[in-house]
Amino acid sequence: MLSELTFYFFAALTLAAAVAAMSMRNLVRCALCAAAAFGGLAVIYVQLDAEFAGFVQFLVYVGAVAILIVFAVLLTRGEEIESGLAPVSSRWVGGFAAAAIVLAAIVGSVLSSPSLNHAAAPAASAPVKQIGRELMTGFVLPLETVGLLLTAALLGAVVIAMRDDAGAEPVIRIRTPLVKEEFDEALTK
Amino acid sequence: MNAADQIFVSLQHWLAGLAPATFQPLVAMVLNIVGIMTVFGGCFALTTVMERKILGRMQNRFGPNRTGPFGLLQPLADAVKMLTKEDIVPFPADQALHFLAPLVLTVPVWLAFSVLPFGRNMTAVELDAGILFFFAISSGSELAVFMAGWASHNKYSLLGAMRGIAQMISYEVPLVLSTVPVLMIAGSLSLVDIAAAQSGWLAAGLPRWNVFTPWGLAAFGLFLVAATAESNRSPFDLPEGESELIAGYLTEYSGFKYALFFLGEYLGLFAATGLGVTLFLGGWGAPLKALGWVPSWIWFGAKFAVLIFLFIWTRATLPRLRLDQLLAFAWRFLVPLALVNLVVAAGWHWTGAWTFASALEIRWFLGAVIIGFPYFWLGRGLRGRLPERAYSYAE
Repeated sequence: MLSELTFYFFAALTLAAAVAAMSMRNLVRCALCAAAAFGGLAVIYVQLDAEFAGFVQFLVYVGAVAILIVFAVLLTRGEEIESGLAPVSSRWVGGFAAAAIVLAAIVGSVLSSPSLNHAAAPAASAPVKQIGRELMTGFVLPLETVGLLLTAALLGAVVIAMRDDAGAEPVIRIRTPLVKEEFDEALTK
Repeated sequence: MNAADQIFVSLQHWLAGLAPATFQPLVAMVLNIVGIMTVFGGCFALTTVMERKILGRMQNRFGPNRTGPFGLLQPLADAVKMLTKEDIVPFPADQALHFLAPLVLTVPVWLAFSVLPFGRNMTAVELDAGILFFFAISSGSELAVFMAGWASHNKYSLLGAMRGIAQMISYEVPLVLSTVPVLMIAGSLSLVDIAAAQSGWLAAGLPRWNVFTPWGLAAFGLFLVAATAESNRSPFDLPEGESELIAGYLTEYSGFKYALFFLGEYLGLFAATGLGVTLFLGGWGAPLKALGWVPSWIWFGAKFAVLIFLFIWTRATLPRLRLDQLLAFAWRFLVPLALVNLVVAAGWHWTGAWTFASALEIRWFLGAVIIGFPYFWLGRGLRGRLPERAYSYAE
């Protein structure tokens, strides 16, 4: 009962945050909503007895990826979305099509997977020790490959992003302070 | 001995037993939460006044001494002041995020206490991956710092937040790496197991704490430095350097929200200290075999208090670093040392089977050389080798 309530609460939170992340006009707010969605997902993982996945989800996505997105927004285009770009546009058709295909592929593979055919599968709680052992023995090559790939991507990103020109523009854009008239106008309201 | 040792555990069992059977787990958990919040809330109040008194003592002045006996009621007066102050939100601020930031900072920090073993059988939630939970939950505070800085719509706030995030991300790496040797040796991610693995005695009558090994000593030093930086304390208090940035990301906060930030920072320090005690100082274990009859929670508290004093002492002693020094210190000194320390720990583990005469001394010597050489080499290399600093300004 209690666990169902928490599930519905966090599922609703995750969905609402995900929707907000896609529909808000302010990019920084979008990024923070995405972080909230990541956090909600982590709670759901933990509720499914996937402790390790849940903690890592929180550590990596909320602790690192969200910060990365926020930094990327502030360092590149500033926080405001261009006004010409409508929140909903015809260019989304392609995006929707791609998303639908991916969703269909995932749902199809889940439905056809053999584990669904077993009635009432035993609660698969993988202890952290077992995950670690598997990663260090059977899956050590994929693990190392992913590590190498990510390191290469990181180095590449630094090389591309680094600008050493002496007179370079300041890179962090801060909203310009309100001018006096705007303040006065706000005060008279 | 056992009754005094388990007094809080039995108290909790007795109180939870008064509730109807269906609610007993819930009541037990609420009692855990109340216990943690009371003890560490009290610690927070006490630390604020003790810190000011110790700082005053070390800097040859009095510190607070007007409110109550020896100024001990100062936290009460501070609380009344904070609660009755006007809560000012700047007009151009992002109202929702400005309101949420202190909550996002404070709530995860409380959660981090749930996995710490405060004494024998005194852990609120015994998790298989306790330390992973600890680090995961405390990584949320970076987001809170960013929210506070960005939502305030103030240059100083944003600059402070940017500094804070850069610092917290940089020092999280050595912080986590410094704990890895402990996990390697203990073979577990559970903090309860790690504390239990340090029970027992060495031949010299010393406890088998991790800090009495070459890798443990080095990791403890790295951990203390990184924990100081993670909790934004002097000499790493650049994010709120008052002479440069007014108060950094706290600039636009007042009243109770400011108090929440203050609380969050101190609780972060307490949680890191508790983790340090558990990982390196044997958790709730007694320091001498003859003192084993003293309740375990007293030992945890005593070690905790000593470490907190150490942090206050550091704050009173060292001047603030510059941002480039700060980041170079993390990436060029602490991270390589922490990586070398992994090698030392592995060597210590594999030479554990040595049985010939004075094997312990030889293992110690080898470990000390492997970690000591890079320490001096990197430390000397870092000195005076930083490039001239390029300044850039915000628009």
